[in-house]
Amino acid sequence: MDFQVVVLAGGNSKNLTPLISKDVPKPLLPVANRPVLYYVLHQLRQSNLKDLIVVVEGEDAALHVGGWISKTFVDGLHVEIAAVPEDIGTAGALRAISHHLTAKDILVVSGDLVSDVPPGAVAATHRRHDAAVTAMLCSVPVSGSLESGSSGGKDKTRKPGRYNIIGLDPCKQFLLHIATGSEIEKDSRLQKHILHAVGQMEIRSDLMDAHMYAFKRSVLQEVLDQKDTFQSLKQDIVPYLVRSQLKSEALLNGISQAEENGNEKLSSPNNQVLVSKILANASTPSFHEPYSMEPDGSAQTRKTHKCCAYIASSSSYCVRLNSIQAFMDINRDVTGEADHLLSDNIIGPSPKLGTKTTVGPHCMLGEGSEMGDKCQVKRSVIGRHCRIGSHVKIVNSVVMNHVTIGDGCIIQGSVVCSNVQLQERVVLKDCLVGAGFVVTMGNEYKGESLARKEK
Amino acid sequence: MKQPPQKKDGPPVASSVAASERGVDRPVEKERKKDLPPPRMQFDDESRVDKAKRRSLLNQPEARNRVELFRHLPPHKNGSQLPYLESKFFELHEMHPSVYKVGLQYLTGDTSGGNARCIAMLQAFQEAIRDYSTPPEKTLNRDLTSKIGGFVSFLIECRPLSMSMGNAIRFLKSRIARLPLTLSESEAKAALCSDIDRFINEKIVLADKVILRHAATKIRDGDVLLTYGSSCVVEMILLYAHEIGKQFRVVVVDSRPMLEGQKQLRRLVAKGLSCTYTQLNAISYVMHEVTRVFLGASSIFSNGTVYSRVGTASVAMVAHAFHVPVLVCCEAYKFHERVQLDSICFNELGDPDAVSKVPGREDVNYLDNLTDKQKENLQLLNLKYDATPSDYISVIVTDYGMIPPTSVPVIVREYRKEYLLI
Repeated sequence: MDFQVVVLAGGNSKNLTPLISKDVPKPLLPVANRPVLYYVLHQLRQSNLKDLIVVVEGEDAALHVGGWISKTFVDGLHVEIAAVPEDIGTAGALRAISHHLTAKDILVVSGDLVSDVPPGAVAATHRRHDAAVTAMLCSVPVSGSLESGSSGGKDKTRKPGRYNIIGLDPCKQFLLHIATGSEIEKDSRLQKHILHAVGQMEIRSDLMDAHMYAFKRSVLQEVLDQKDTFQSLKQDIVPYLVRSQLKSEALLNGISQAEENGNEKLSSPNNQVLVSKILANASTPSFHEPYSMEPDGSAQTRKTHKCCAYIASSSSYCVRLNSIQAFMDINRDVTGEADHLLSDNIIGPSPKLGTKTTVGPHCMLGEGSEMGDKCQVKRSVIGRHCRIGSHVKIVNSVVMNHVTIGDGCIIQGSVVCSNVQLQERVVLKDCLVGAGFVVTMGNEYKGESLARKEK
Repeated sequence: MKQPPQKKDGPPVASSVAASERGVDRPVEKERKKDLPPPRMQFDDESRVDKAKRRSLLNQPEARNRVELFRHLPPHKNGSQLPYLESKFFELHEMHPSVYKVGLQYLTGDTSGGNARCIAMLQAFQEAIRDYSTPPEKTLNRDLTSKIGGFVSFLIECRPLSMSMGNAIRFLKSRIARLPLTLSESEAKAALCSDIDRFINEKIVLADKVILRHAATKIRDGDVLLTYGSSCVVEMILLYAHEIGKQFRVVVVDSRPMLEGQKQLRRLVAKGLSCTYTQLNAISYVMHEVTRVFLGASSIFSNGTVYSRVGTASVAMVAHAFHVPVLVCCEAYKFHERVQLDSICFNELGDPDAVSKVPGREDVNYLDNLTDKQKENLQLLNLKYDATPSDYISVIVTDYGMIPPTSVPVIVREYRKEYLLI
């Protein structure tokens, strides 16, 4: 269908620091025992999109990701990995691979998006309206766990300042205004001429930009070339396109005009005008039309482009992994309500449970894990090859692979990375334990981030 | 075995049943049947509906509470199809992107109006032909014809074809069949694309210009013209007459649930015409001051019956009662050799829920309070087209001139072969 898919897998993220290390770049961070990139690629494969470009920041990370992809998706996908320098921003990443983009439209997906919205829906909306950019919007996820003692750390992350302010037209198809988290602290500016053209704008703060965009390739390359200072897709490029939708610069349409004129050489311009007038009169009028007509109505030099929005239904699941809180939430959801995202069983093939050990619902145990007696696991995800002692209580946590947990430990609301050793009677509440760390026995930690110092 | 409707429709099924009973006339009937396109599908026949369901690309909606009299018509494809089609976006390999886009626009109602739908479809086919390449060991004629057939079935599932589209598809298929075998692939494709361009230019664009000129001669200064709904030809006539300086008033009559007249009203007012806007219920109050009625048509049948937007028949009838001349403006490519006596045997069903809703007023929904038991007794019907008998029509303005309704079969007979051969 003339679409090219680019997955922006990033590499580093300051929000997720103790969890991410040199060996575990962000795209490979496990959610329910699978790297988060798996969900995106799996969904693309389901939709029959086999040729992808995955952009990773940093050479090492690219190697890790490439290795994992070729192991997991042996013959299903044909993936091209592109490594870009770090801290270049999403726009910079696209600039780096711009010469690889050849199709008419580009679908850009963020690698940390876990959702079940079909990418075909965004693409279909994009094509239907012949838009320059189409963004997927989803409802803001409910964050925070249900049975936690809320500590100060959690309250901070639930501030609405993180999300977007979105302006839509009355039929909810066009994007009129988009403001991202950092701008909301200060004032937000609306474009008066857009409001004037549409007449009525609906402003919503319960929708979030899900970072799945469909771009028209010519428009995207134009903007990337012209605006060198733009670093981020979400914060710079998309708001710029939305702001300038009725007054886009002539150059933006210079390419599309040339393409159009090249095709219709046979009919005279007069006939062409008549045909386009018939077609334009027949379609539902959008507010772009008055701006695109010259005063005498004869030549239609279009100086507008359309920014569409696809609003995912409230029953679909859509969360981005960009904070520790989100990481915990996604882990919980994927094993709990959104378990249709997983394609196989919840309990691995060979967990060894001791006597009187209870594993609650919505839990996941990786293969090769062993639990001692009288353990309690509630709403947690435990990775592969873990050795868990007796009398251990794990609630609402994520434990990654190859972890050794001594007897009598209590782990609550925490993330324990791979190769960690927790000795006996350790109590962890809302902590983050980085990879390879050793927690000595009898310690109690609350709300801390423990990481081994990088040598 | 019955083929799914790929072009426009043949004689009603009843006549073929009658033919098989009369043994004497059988050889003659068989020959005639070969020339005619296959009969359309009747949706009250369970087995055929099931077969078509299995073959279709879209999810067919469940048979809801349908009016008994119109059960033979395909049920309306309401908005619930859209998510299904969207999720399959990348999986429909055989579909060309522009054909898919056109289908989506039909489904959502973004494109409506006979001429526009026909032009959009032909332009999409042009692009598909340009991107087409013959697979090895297949001839261009056969393979391209079957591909176009596939596109057409997809478009039918999005929204049933109009007569004009059916004629255009028949034209295209005959052009493909007549391609000389000596042509190379690129030459054949270029020839087909230029044929499509010529069809659009001659049959639609130039035809409209000729109609403009003819019809404008029938408008005098001081006239009050009435138009119904939104027809692109009538709008062009009014604007043209205004441009050449005639002084007249326009009455735009509109009807629920589509309210198409509002868009036309906006465009006319923007150009400076003085307009009156009213709805269909007020037609008899307005008619006494009207001097001429201009109507558009989706198609005109061989007995002079005009097949047009629902409500046109009422307008023509009231005009006839008030002795107001009715001019129907229609391009010749929309003529059809079928004969239809009523609006029931062939029609299109629209969205039944649209009848019970008021646009802009979400709080007005009396039907929501009904229990399910009560809803069983309530059947909603939303018809899109109706048939106006030829007695109510004074003259038909076409690109072949201004003809009385009885001359339609003459044009179909004499000029149909000509345009098929071009």
